[in-house]
Amino acid sequence: MNGIRQIFGIVWILLGLAAGYFLVFEQSLLLFEKGGMDNVVPAIIYTFILAPLLTGGMCVFGLYALQNEYKSND
Amino acid sequence: MTSNLSSEQVDKKKLRKVIAASSVGTLIEWYDFYIFGSLSVVIATKFFPSDNPTAAFLSTLATFAAGFVVRPFGALFFGRLGDLIGRKYTFMVTLLIMGFSTFAIGLIPSYETIGFIAPLLVLILRLLQGLALGGEYGGAATYVAEHSEPGKRGYRTAWIQTTASLGLFISLLVILATKKSMSAEAFANFGWRIPFLISIVMVGISYFIRKNMDESPMFEKAKQEGKIVANPLKESFGKKLNFKFVLLALFGATMGQGVVWYTGQFYALSFLQKVANIEFEQSNYIIAASLAGGTGFFIFFGWLSDKIGRKAVMLTGMLLAICTYRPIYQAMYEAADVSLKTEVAGSKVIHTDYFMIPNSVDLKKTVKTEFSYTDGSKLTLEESSLTTIFPGKNPKKPEVKRIVHVGSSSFWFLILLVFIQVLYVTMVYGPIAAFLVEMFPTAIRYTSMSLPYHIGNGIFGGLLPAVATYLAAKASTANEVAVAAGQAIPYDKPYLEGLWYPIIIGGVCFVIGLLYVNGKDKEIND
Repeated sequence: MNGIRQIFGIVWILLGLAAGYFLVFEQSLLLFEKGGMDNVVPAIIYTFILAPLLTGGMCVFGLYALQNEYKSND
Repeated sequence: MTSNLSSEQVDKKKLRKVIAASSVGTLIEWYDFYIFGSLSVVIATKFFPSDNPTAAFLSTLATFAAGFVVRPFGALFFGRLGDLIGRKYTFMVTLLIMGFSTFAIGLIPSYETIGFIAPLLVLILRLLQGLALGGEYGGAATYVAEHSEPGKRGYRTAWIQTTASLGLFISLLVILATKKSMSAEAFANFGWRIPFLISIVMVGISYFIRKNMDESPMFEKAKQEGKIVANPLKESFGKKLNFKFVLLALFGATMGQGVVWYTGQFYALSFLQKVANIEFEQSNYIIAASLAGGTGFFIFFGWLSDKIGRKAVMLTGMLLAICTYRPIYQAMYEAADVSLKTEVAGSKVIHTDYFMIPNSVDLKKTVKTEFSYTDGSKLTLEESSLTTIFPGKNPKKPEVKRIVHVGSSSFWFLILLVFIQVLYVTMVYGPIAAFLVEMFPTAIRYTSMSLPYHIGNGIFGGLLPAVATYLAAKASTANEVAVAAGQAIPYDKPYLEGLWYPIIIGGVCFVIGLLYVNGKDKEIND
C-alpha cells in the first residue's frame, strides 16, 4: 500500500501543475483580456489565490507522498 | 496516547451545556452569514446599483472576498489567538464581531441617501463577517471535542455540524416570514432590514450563555504544563510533521466535503431557480423542507462515525454523491420541465398591465401568459417591455421571464431529490469536526484544523456556484454556436455540465482520502 501511495505522489504533482496551467493560461488570461469587473475579480482570484493554492499545495502534497511521509497512517 | 477524559469523568450535564452554548453561537453566526446571501438581490438594489461601475466592483468584492478569501484569513488569525489565549475567549470575540457586523448592515442608509459610503460600509462589514466566521467554527468544534469523552466525539461534535444547515434553514424561514408579514413594497423599503436587526438579540443571548462557560480542559491542562506554543502558525505550517497533515486534511477530506456541501444546499437552490425556473418561494420551500428532514442525520452520521470510523462514513457519502449527481439533477430538471407535462385544454390566460415609471417618460408594459397542466403545475411567461411615451422613439427590447410553479407530486419529488443530496452532505459533514480535531495536537489544534476547513469550504466549495454556472453557460453557448453553424450540438444536456466541478474535485478528494487517510480512531489528549 505504501508503494501505491508513493507512486500516486507523481500523479498529485502533475495534477497540481495541470490545474495551475489551466487556471492561469486557459482561464485567467482570457478573463483579463475580456476586462470588466466581473471578469477581472475572478481572474485575480484564480491567478493569485486558487492557482498557487492548488499548484503549490498539490505539488508539496505529492512530494510528501513520494517521500513516503504518509506511510505511518496505516 | 490515552485520553484523560474517561466516560465516567465527563459530567453529562456540563457537557450538554457546552454543546448547547457552542452550537447556538455557531448557529447564529451561520444565520448571520447566510442572510446576506439570501437577501443579495435586495441588497444589490439598495447598495450596489448595477449601472454604477464602482458600486458593482464593490459588490463583486463583497461576494468573492468575504466568501473565499477572508474566511481562511479569519481561520489563521483567530486560530492563532485560540491556540495562544484559549478557545472560549476567542470564539466569544468572533460571535461579537459577527453580531455587530450583521446588526450594522441592517442600519446602513441606502446608496441613494449617502452615496458611496453605503456600499463601502457594507463591504467592510461583510469582510468582518467572513473573518468572524473563519474563526468561529474551529473554536466551537475544538471546544466541544476537547470536552467530549472518547468514543463519543463524533456524536458530540455533530451537534456543531448541524448548525450550518440550521443557520441556512432559519435564515430562509425568517426571510419568508418577514416577507409574508408585509407587502412586497414594504419589504423592499425596510422589511429586508429586520432579519439583520434581530440578529443582535440572538447574539446577546448567546454571548451571555458562552460567558459563563469554562475554558476547554485540554487547553487548560496544556497551559498549566507549559505546552502552549509561542507561534502556532509557524508550528502548524512551518514544520513538515504538522503541515503534511494540514495538506492531507485539505485534499483528502475538506475539499471534497466542501463541494458536496455547496452542491447539496446552494447549487441545488440555484439550479431550481435559474435552470428549472421554479418560482422563488416554492424553490425556497423545497430547500427548507429538505434541510428540515435531513438535519437530524448529521447527528446520526456523527454517531455512526464513532462506531465504524470517520473515513468510512465520509468517503461513502462522497462516492455516492459523485456517482449520482448527474441522474439526480436530470430528474430535477425533468420534474419542472413543462414540455413533459400535459396542458389543460383552454387554460391559457393572458393579463396585460401598464405602469408609468416615476420621474421618467418610460412606460412599462407587462404581459403575463399563464398555462396550466394536468398535474397542477403552472407556467407563467412574463414579458416586460419599456416604451417611451414620445412617438418616433424605438421601444426597448422586451425581457421574457419564465416562472414555473410545480404541482404537488413534482413538489414532493423535488423535495426527495434535494433531501438525498442533503443526506450526502450529512455523511461528509457530520463526522468532519471530530476527524479534523483528531488530526492535530492541542497546542496547534485551533489553527491547524481551521485553515483546511475554510479553504475546503470557502474556496473549493465557495467557488462552486460561479464555476458550475460558468461551465453550464459555456456549454449552452457552444450549442447555440453549433446550431447557428448548422452543426450537431456538442452537449446533449448543457444544464448538467456544471456538475463536473463537484464530480472532479470530489473524485480527486475521494482517491486521496481512500489512499492516505487513516481509518483508525485517534485520541486527542497529547
